[in-house]
Amino acid sequence: MKIHEYQAKQILSKYGVQIPQGEMAQNPSEARTIAEKIGPKVVIKAQIHAGGRGKGGGIKLVNSPEEAEKTAQEIIGMTLITPQTGPEGKLVRRILVEEALAIARELYIGIVIDRAKENCVVMASPEGGVEIEKVATETPEFIFKEYINPATGFMPFQARKLAFKLGLEGNTLKQAVKFILSLYQAFKATDASLAEINPLLITAQGNVLALDAKMNFDDNALIRHPEINEMRDLNEEEPLEVEASKFNLNYIKLDGDVGCMVNGAGLAMATMDLIMHTGGMPANFLDVGGGVSEESVKNAFKILVSDKDVKAALINIFGGIVRCDMVANGIVKAAKEIGLEVPMVVRLEGTNVELGKKILEESGLAFYPAASMKEAAEKVVPLAKK
Amino acid sequence: MSILIDENTRVVVQGITGSEGTFHTKKMQEYGTKVAAGVTPGKGGQTHLGVPVYNTVAEAIEKEGANASAIFVPPLFAADAITEAADAGVKLIVCITEGIPTFDMIKVKQFLKVKDCNLIGPNTPGIISPGKCKIGIMPGPIHTPGSIGIISRSGTLTYEAVDQVSQQGYGQSTAIGIGGDPIVGLKFIDLLKMFKDDKDTEAVILIGEIGGTTEEEAAEYIKKEFNKPVASFIAGQTAPPGRRMGHAGAIIAGGKGTAEEKMKALEMAGVYVAKSPAEIGQKIKEALT
Repeated sequence: MKIHEYQAKQILSKYGVQIPQGEMAQNPSEARTIAEKIGPKVVIKAQIHAGGRGKGGGIKLVNSPEEAEKTAQEIIGMTLITPQTGPEGKLVRRILVEEALAIARELYIGIVIDRAKENCVVMASPEGGVEIEKVATETPEFIFKEYINPATGFMPFQARKLAFKLGLEGNTLKQAVKFILSLYQAFKATDASLAEINPLLITAQGNVLALDAKMNFDDNALIRHPEINEMRDLNEEEPLEVEASKFNLNYIKLDGDVGCMVNGAGLAMATMDLIMHTGGMPANFLDVGGGVSEESVKNAFKILVSDKDVKAALINIFGGIVRCDMVANGIVKAAKEIGLEVPMVVRLEGTNVELGKKILEESGLAFYPAASMKEAAEKVVPLAKK
Repeated sequence: MSILIDENTRVVVQGITGSEGTFHTKKMQEYGTKVAAGVTPGKGGQTHLGVPVYNTVAEAIEKEGANASAIFVPPLFAADAITEAADAGVKLIVCITEGIPTFDMIKVKQFLKVKDCNLIGPNTPGIISPGKCKIGIMPGPIHTPGSIGIISRSGTLTYEAVDQVSQQGYGQSTAIGIGGDPIVGLKFIDLLKMFKDDKDTEAVILIGEIGGTTEEEAAEYIKKEFNKPVASFIAGQTAPPGRRMGHAGAIIAGGKGTAEEKMKALEMAGVYVAKSPAEIGQKIKEALT
C-alpha cells in the first residue's frame, strides 16, 4: 500500500526521524493559517501518489502567507501531470505546507527488501534528488549498501559506515547516524516494503532532515497495522480497483479493450499475454482466485462489464478441483442479472467440464464456447475489433 | 524416481481440522498420499478423517514417523508453523498458506539456514509426483506419471502447462509450485539441481513470472551445468510496471524483473522459450526432439 508524503512524515517523526515543520492542508485558507504559524517563507507541495511532482509544477516556494493561500488555490484541484502519473495526470486534493530550509547538500537514504538476498538493505548515496534507479544504472559506485542481519537487526556501526561514506562529519555525522537508525526502526515496526528519503537534506546549518519521504507497506502485514491501513487514500486509486478490492478480487485496469476474468494470478497474466500475441490488447487483469466460487464469479463479472472500454471479454477458468458446473452457474446468473452487453468467450476446464458447458449452452445466452486457451483468444480478439 | 517425495513419504498436516485443511487432506488421501498425522494445538487425542491428531508436530513425528508436512494455517500463524515443523525435524515442509508478511518470511529463512530441511512455498499449490504422492491443493487427476519435471511460480497456470504436456503425450516426474511470494523456500535453481540427478526426469519446464531474479539465476545455472532440455514460459509480458499482479511477488520494481529480461536470459542459456502460453506443450516437444 502507498501513502502520501505528509503521512509518511507523520509516521517517521514518531520514530525520531527529523522532518521539517509542516502540516497538511485541504483548502487555501488552511494553507494560509499554517504559513502564518511556520512561515512566512514556506513550500507548498502537492500530495499525490506519484513522484516527479516538482517537474509537473506541483511544488512551489512562496514568500508570504498571502502567497501561500494564492498558490494553494492554484494547486488544490489541479490535475498534476508528472513522468510517473501518465498523460491523464492526477487530481490534487491535499497539499503539504512546509517550512522552507536553506539547502547545503542533498543526499539519498532508502531501505528496501532485497528479494535475492532475502533480507532488508539500507542504501545511501551522495547523489540525492535524482531517481535512485538512474544512479544505480549510470554511477553504481555512488550507491553504498548495508545488509541487515535478521538476528541482530540494523546495527549502529552500519549506520556509521554509511554516514562516513557520505562524507559527513562532526555534529552532522552524529545526526545522520541517528536519522538512519530511526528510519530503520520505522521501517521495521510498520512492516514497510520501502522507506525512501530522497532527498535527505543537509541544511546550511549542518542539520539533517527528510525533505521528501516515501513509504510503501507490505499488504500482507496491514492486518497487524490498522493505523496504517486507515491512511489508505481511495481517491488515489482507480474506482473499479477499489470496488474489486471490496470483494477480495485482484483487478488492475489496463489500456486495451479485451476484458478478461481468470482464476489464478499466473494464468491471468498468461491470458493477457496470449491476447496480445493474438493481436489484441487486454483491458484488465482480473484474478478471481485459485479456488473460485459462484459468488466471486458473479462479483468479478460485474466489475468486468462496468469497464466501458471492454468491447469483448474472455473468461478463462482452469478449475481442477473447482467444479465447472458451479462456475457456469455463476456466469449465467451474473449475465442474467446484469445483462450480456459485450460478446463473451468462455473457456472452462476441470471437474464436470461437460456439465458446465451444457449449463452455458442451455442458458439461452449468447456465449462463445472455446475448448482451449488458444481457441478462446482467437475468438475474442476479432470480436473486440467488430 | 521423482524428487523430494515418493510412495514412502509420510505427511503430517498442520491445521488439519480447519476447513481448508480438512478439504485438501481428504483430496490428498483420495490421491493415495500417506497422511500419517494431523496437528491442531489443543485438539490432540482426537481422530480426524481417520488420522490421529496431535498438539505438536514433534509429537506427531515421534509417534507416527512422518517426514513431510503440509501447512494449512492462517497467514499470521504460518511462520510459527513452518519453524515448528523444521524444529521437529521434518525434512520437507510444504506451506500452502497465502498472505504471509514478508518480514515473517525473512525470519523464517534465517531460522531454516541451520536446519536440514527443504521448504516449498509459501503461497504454493504444492508438490506432486503423479501416481505416488501429492502434498498440496492441485487437482490430482490432470497429472500422469512420466518424465517431465515442472517447476512453477504459479498455480492454475501450472495446471494449464500440465494439461498441454499431457496432450503432447508426456507425463510428469514431479511438478512443484515454488510459490508466488517475494521470499520463498526452494527456488528454480535448487530444484533444477535435484532434477539433474533424477534419472527419470528427461526434461524440465520452468514457468516463471515477472518480479525478482530467480529466473535469471536459473538461466545462469542452466547455461553452466544443466544437461537436460528445458522449456519455459514467463507470465506477465503485458503487465504494467509497479503494479502487484495478484501474487505478492509478481511486480516489476524500479524497471527490474520484466518478462522480457527473463526470456532473454533463458534464451541465452539455450532454453526453449514459449512466447505464448498456448505453446508450452509444443516447446517441450521441440526441446525433446
